[in-house]
Amino acid sequence: MAGAASPSRYDCVIIGGGHNGLVCAATLARAGQSVLVLEAANQVGGAALTREFAPGFRVSAGAHLLHLMPAQLLRELQLDAHGLEWAAQGMSTTALVPGGAPLVLGQPGGSAAGVSAADTQTYTVYCARMRRFAAALAPIFARTPPRLGTTDWADRWSMLKIGWQIRKLGRADMRELLRIGGMNVFDLLEENFESAALKGALGFDAVLGANFGPRSPGTVLTLLYRLAAESAAGTPGLSQPKGGMGALCDALAKAARAAGATIRTGTPVATIRVEADRACGVILESGESIGARRVVSSADPKTTFLRLLGPKHLDTGFVRRVNHIRSRGLCAKLHLALKQAPRFSGLSDSSLRGRLLLAPSLQYIEHAYNHAKYGEFSAAPTLEITVPTLNDPALAPPGQHVLSAIVQYVPYALKEGWQNGRQRLLDTVLDLLESCAPGLRASVVSAELLTPVDLEKEFQMTGGHWHHGDLAFDQFLMVRPVPGAAQYRTPLEGLFLCGAGCHPGGGVMGQAGRNAAHEVLKLSPASP
Amino acid sequence: MTESRAPHFKEPLLKTPFHERTRALSEVDSFIPWAGYTTVDVFTNVEQEYFAIRNATTLYDLTPMVKYRVAGADALPYLNRLVTRDIAKLKPNRVAYCAWCNDAGHLIDDGTIFRLGESDYRLCTAERQLDWLLDSAIGFNVEISEVTEQIAALAVQGPTSCAVLKAAGLTGVDALKPFDIGYFELGGHRVTVSRTGFTGDLGYEVWMEPEAAGAIWDALMAAGRSRGIRAIGSQALNIARIEAGFLSPNVDFVSAEHTIRTGRDRSPLELGLSWLVDFNKGHFTGRRALLNEQARGAQRQLVGLDIAGNKPAHHALLYTDDSGRREIGAVTSAIWSPTCKRNIALAIVNAPHFRIGSTVWAEIYLNRELVWERRMSRAQVVERPFFAPERRRATPPGEF
Repeated sequence: MAGAASPSRYDCVIIGGGHNGLVCAATLARAGQSVLVLEAANQVGGAALTREFAPGFRVSAGAHLLHLMPAQLLRELQLDAHGLEWAAQGMSTTALVPGGAPLVLGQPGGSAAGVSAADTQTYTVYCARMRRFAAALAPIFARTPPRLGTTDWADRWSMLKIGWQIRKLGRADMRELLRIGGMNVFDLLEENFESAALKGALGFDAVLGANFGPRSPGTVLTLLYRLAAESAAGTPGLSQPKGGMGALCDALAKAARAAGATIRTGTPVATIRVEADRACGVILESGESIGARRVVSSADPKTTFLRLLGPKHLDTGFVRRVNHIRSRGLCAKLHLALKQAPRFSGLSDSSLRGRLLLAPSLQYIEHAYNHAKYGEFSAAPTLEITVPTLNDPALAPPGQHVLSAIVQYVPYALKEGWQNGRQRLLDTVLDLLESCAPGLRASVVSAELLTPVDLEKEFQMTGGHWHHGDLAFDQFLMVRPVPGAAQYRTPLEGLFLCGAGCHPGGGVMGQAGRNAAHEVLKLSPASP
Repeated sequence: MTESRAPHFKEPLLKTPFHERTRALSEVDSFIPWAGYTTVDVFTNVEQEYFAIRNATTLYDLTPMVKYRVAGADALPYLNRLVTRDIAKLKPNRVAYCAWCNDAGHLIDDGTIFRLGESDYRLCTAERQLDWLLDSAIGFNVEISEVTEQIAALAVQGPTSCAVLKAAGLTGVDALKPFDIGYFELGGHRVTVSRTGFTGDLGYEVWMEPEAAGAIWDALMAAGRSRGIRAIGSQALNIARIEAGFLSPNVDFVSAEHTIRTGRDRSPLELGLSWLVDFNKGHFTGRRALLNEQARGAQRQLVGLDIAGNKPAHHALLYTDDSGRREIGAVTSAIWSPTCKRNIALAIVNAPHFRIGSTVWAEIYLNRELVWERRMSRAQVVERPFFAPERRRATPPGEF
């Protein structure tokens, strides 16, 4: 805690102590603002936290891998000095192939072992080209998106810069980027590769966390977006903080406190206070009122506008747009406490320490998605699996292990209801895992399954969507979350957004929090 | 009603509950569609019908007017967020004319709100807009239902209208002040009467169940026989409404929800409805945009014009002088006013030419036996309404 007595009125009150809220708080506090962070849960972290899910077993209960947070941000906030250590960096990705040998993907995009010579050759070219595209798109992440249709020179300049980045690729690459930009990832990968396992693994990243199957329009763009975010981050790929994702947020909290910010946990905000048509603080669920010149919300846009602020302070058209944000999560999270490390058939120890994908073909993913469209889950869902205890044994009792998996596609509104559905889904996933890692079921000490409804409740994310809204062409950039709030400012004077619902979106990136802080700091200190 | 109706493709236009009566009186068979209903444009002769509005009593079938019921605990905060006027000031059994805007502060529609109970309101509009009303209800505990078909309505307008209603047995109707609502028995049926109208004259609107429509029409016709009552169509009403300076949607403005081209939207400030905009009542949709517009100053205004000559300036473009070089606006509604004996118009005029007393020039095209002549007529920006007789406000109304 900062030693100074809390002021009667803060420069900024930040709603939500997830990674974006904390990045925003640290950035603002370092610029000299008096900052208060209010977190509803009893610990900071939001959906990037570590918690116990079975006695003695701890897990990153939301996101379980770090690969998008910019290296520059980690340096800027001196997170290593504030206790951030790495259990693993540059983790590999391996595609599990039921009944076949696993496919190890090179890092990043060097080679893929176990495919035909033609695929190996194409893979190198494909990865290099996608990396170039990603690098061209990367600069948009650290910027406030331009508004469309304005005469403001800053908006026009910003648009020009995006255009210039793409033009700079050269004629052949630009033509190819424009050709594939609107395609679906299924067709793109079919054009390039023979191996079903390779296509499945590459296509998986295009639809992870999205309401899309590989054949959905715009999935090349979502893949490029992920690659561009990785490129913008400039870090050594997939990483696992020591102590889980919660350790990252603990370091962010320390950085924010060191800069003078105050952080209060277990203090849910009930409403945003409005006086004379501007945000002037918040009222906690306890009834306590806190004054602030500005309120910055890292909660998702629907929660911020419809619940905390309320439509009565907003225009109908704006509320209509917020109401239409697509924010139904399609991912569940599985946590297993294991007596021993799982043994996946044919998998090397080094692969097991990395990221494992169960998406053996594009058809497999598409079929899994089909069920979700109709309120069901597939008997063969896709999985992203990590065994964090191999890199960080302290997360479980000695000799025992934790398995963490993202299960996709799991509909928020399950037709049969979650009362019955939960156990059925758990059994389905355990059977699936058993088929890849014989003996795993017998070693399960305890299991926790978080459905999208559970994720919504635990992390207070509308629809349980960890990006606070689909990352899709119509919810990118200047239309994220909605026009009128896409530059972090909102229609209500004094209220800002800084969460994953804003550009550049979700994943544990922190860029939205940082961009929002810069937008707040752009206002002259004298302005009310 | 709905179960006996023919399939929509066989009968694309609905008939109002007064249709049997109006069909029987229609001499020139001039019907027009209005909000999905077939309605009378002219019964016999426009001039005769118009002069009945200003000299006797007229019946006008108002049923196609779109009506919504707004009820529930949040009905008042909901309406106050919807419209620009402060509805908190509207007492039970009173009516308020009001306007509502989109986020950009551009007019979607104007209409009337009837407060029928503590938290029971009726919103009467020209256009259907359930979609906007429902989206406006997000976050409010309010029930909104369209009740257009459940309520039949007649406008009873003209200097002898109060006397006719009294003769029909509506004792105490003369005590209604403008925008009051009262409840009466008429022809053996309960009716709601509001002292409202679209003519700018003394007049009432009578609201009833559709089943009672025929009986009430007959009772009013019988009671009004000695006071020159007659049915009127939309053309006669249009002359009266221009004299009264009232706006007509899709004529004087296009709803902001319907415009396609940029710059075709109009704000209430531009349309002379500033008096309906209450910036002090709290937030309403379009408030921030309207405050910005107010700070910038209006770029154009809807004004009344008094034009030289006797040729109505239909759709005339307006210029700074008779050379016709600098265009500064256009006429939206124009008539020769039979009562004022003036050539009048409503027009949108750019700043600064919209000030009262300014002179502008209207380019009027005249078709003389298929030969077009162009005439530049001097016009002056004048106060609206053009015609506003004392009798429209007098309570109790005079015995005419």
